[in-house]
This record gives sequence, structure tokens and C-alpha cells, in this order.
Amino acid sequence: MARLTAGVTTSHVPAIGAAIDNGITSDDYWKPLFEGYEFVKEWVKKEKPDVVLLVFNDHATAFDMNFIPTFALGCAPEFEPADEGWGPRPVPTVKGHPKLAAHIAQEVIQDNFDLTIINKMDVDHGLTVPLSLVFGQPEEWPCQVIPLAVNVVLYPPPSGQRCYDLGKSLRKAIDSFPEDLNVQIWGTGGMSHQLQGPRAGLINKEFDKNFLDQIVNDPDELAKKPHIDYVREAGSEGIELVMWMIMRGAMNKEVELKHKFYHVPASNTAVGHLVLENKE
Amino acid sequence: MSERIAKPYDDVPGTTVFDADRAHQGYHLNQFAMSLMKAGNREKFKIDESAYLNDWPMTEEQKQGVLTRDYNRMIASGGNIYFLAKIFSTDKISFQAAAATMTGVTEEAYKEMMINGGRSPVGNMYKKEGE
Repeated sequence: MARLTAGVTTSHVPAIGAAIDNGITSDDYWKPLFEGYEFVKEWVKKEKPDVVLLVFNDHATAFDMNFIPTFALGCAPEFEPADEGWGPRPVPTVKGHPKLAAHIAQEVIQDNFDLTIINKMDVDHGLTVPLSLVFGQPEEWPCQVIPLAVNVVLYPPPSGQRCYDLGKSLRKAIDSFPEDLNVQIWGTGGMSHQLQGPRAGLINKEFDKNFLDQIVNDPDELAKKPHIDYVREAGSEGIELVMWMIMRGAMNKEVELKHKFYHVPASNTAVGHLVLENKE
Repeated sequence: MSERIAKPYDDVPGTTVFDADRAHQGYHLNQFAMSLMKAGNREKFKIDESAYLNDWPMTEEQKQGVLTRDYNRMIASGGNIYFLAKIFSTDKISFQAAAATMTGVTEEAYKEMMINGGRSPVGNMYKKEGE
């Protein structure tokens, strides 16, 4: 049977991708950030996931103003890196897992979460920056990836509670997949940041640090946090953090914290990163 | 103008939440910006910005916002930052430089603020705090 073994969270700032692609990860500005990802790079080599269910958001790349699905599952065999206006990132094509994705759709939709199915989608920095942070710059990504795109661009995004509950449903679906697969779930985006208006540049370290603790130790309570608290306290784009709740919902109630990292800034954003394992 | 229903995020200072009303207001502005995802369109836009904009049923206010690269003005007329990012990407300007223009400080000063931990939430969470 498939096993969900671990959860990873990370911010997915586009400038991080640009730093990797331009080979400037060891300059003074970026070095402290990339040092925070040394652990996960070694850890993932030992863990060897077969599939990563990668929760991210599209940033007006695959979805324009015409179609805005709240939860959309990538069921295709391949996803190409998108041209976001600077040309596509020089990273490998993302290979999907259509069979597991179809199984997840089957189970989760019948469990009352109405996912949108995607059979063709280019993936932007929201998905490829986390892959680069964890896997570096390989010729091919070392595992298959099922993208789960969450709307956090058009307000309102799904609530933290809805995301958390979806995570639990995803877990049941993974647990019932008959093939022997090592599956991880990653939640991306955040942490506090605001990219627009006179309040751009907002960073709330206290909010972020509490979030990093609570998502590990008390996710049931954290799931109740209303949207307005994210917007007001963590910035208009800080609301991306609801995507981390999907990861947490899929994990066991009790998890082992393997690694925690927090850094300000990457461009306009506070960067947070967790590595969690399910306790046996 | 039709009356907007009060929304809890309306009292967050310096912040425009992109909700369905904004999406309706900014539909053509955002779709114009989206068109700049294609290299050929970027070239056409750069050759004659006004002519390119005139192909889109945008308001004069939206067009002026684009022509003057006034991102706050574009947001006030329904623009969403992830869509507007296609405009400053076309200009080869970074997200940080674009964000700085919305805050009324130089790019250098903004970058320095971020290195020093970013804009504090203290005094920046409720409009009434700034009064």
C-alpha cells in the first residue's frame, strides 16, 4: 500500500528560483537562506520519496481571470515549467503520477471535496521553486509530482479549516492506494508578506513564529484562524499559509519535527521551512 | 457607483484585497496584463503601448495607470498584483523594485527596510491606528 511518510513546508518566492538559476546562492544576501535548506537536501536523499503531492498556488500563470478553481488536481503525466514573462525556468519537466492522481480524485471527490481535474497545465515558480530548494539542480527530478493548485489569488481562498480537512481526506485516499509507494506531501507559500500597496513589505515575525509552532503542536486550533487574521497580521499575500494546513491535515496527529528554519527576507517575503515525519 | 458591502478587510491600511468585486472591475486590465505572458505580445506592447492598450476595453483610468506605471492606481482600478507582475516583468523590473514604487520610497530604501526585518505590523494593522 502507499504510505504517507513525511510533510515538508516551504516558501516559494520567485527570487529564490532566480538566485538558484543564476548561480548566486552563496553571495552575502542569499547564503543564510540556502544554508537553511542543507538539512532537507540530505534528508530527502535518504527518504527517497516516490511521489510528492505538492500543494502550491498558481500566480496568474496557468489560470487567468477566466477560470479560477479553488482546488485543482494535476492528473497529467507531465507538467512543463511556465514562461512567467522572463522565459521558463531552466528546470526539468515535472513528471506526474496519473494513476495515483486519478485515485485521489476518485476518493476525495466522493468524500465531498469537489476537486477540479487538470489534464494540461504549465507550472510556475509556486511549484518549481520548492522542488529546486529540496532537490537542487538535477537533470531530472528524482520523483514524480502531483500538483494540487489552491486559489489564493482571488479572495476568498478556501478557509484554513477547509484546507486542513481536505488534507485528512487526501490522506485517506493515499492510504487506500494499492501500490507500494513512499509519498510525501508538501505545503508551500508564505510566510508573512505583502506585495502590493503602501503596506508592501509587511513582515510579522511573531505571527510567523507562532504559526511555525502551532502547525506542529496544535493544528486543530490553528485551523480555526479566520482569513482576516492572515490578511491583517501576515499581509495580503501571507494568506498563502492556508496551503500549509493541507499538508498538516494529511499528516498524523502526532508528528516529529525534524527541521525548522525561518529567515527574513527573501525579496519581499519571510521564508519559513519545516520538515515533519509521521511518528510510527 | 453601486454600494459595496462592508468587508472586514476594508479597515486594513494600505491594502486592497482582490475580491470578486475587484475582479469584475479589473477584468480587462488583468487580462491585458496576462497577454504579456507571450513574447510576441511583449514586443508589440513595447513598440506602441497606447495602441496596444486601445485593443483592450479598459477604462481611461486603467490605461493611464499602465502608461504611467502607477501600480497603486492600477490596483485601485481593479488590478491584481500577480497579473500586474507581467507588466513589470516586461519592463525587466524585479518584484522588489515594483513593490518599492507602491510604498513611496526608493528601491534602495525599500531593500534596506526588508533586510532590517521588513515593515513592522505595529501601527499597520488597522486604519484607525494611522489617524
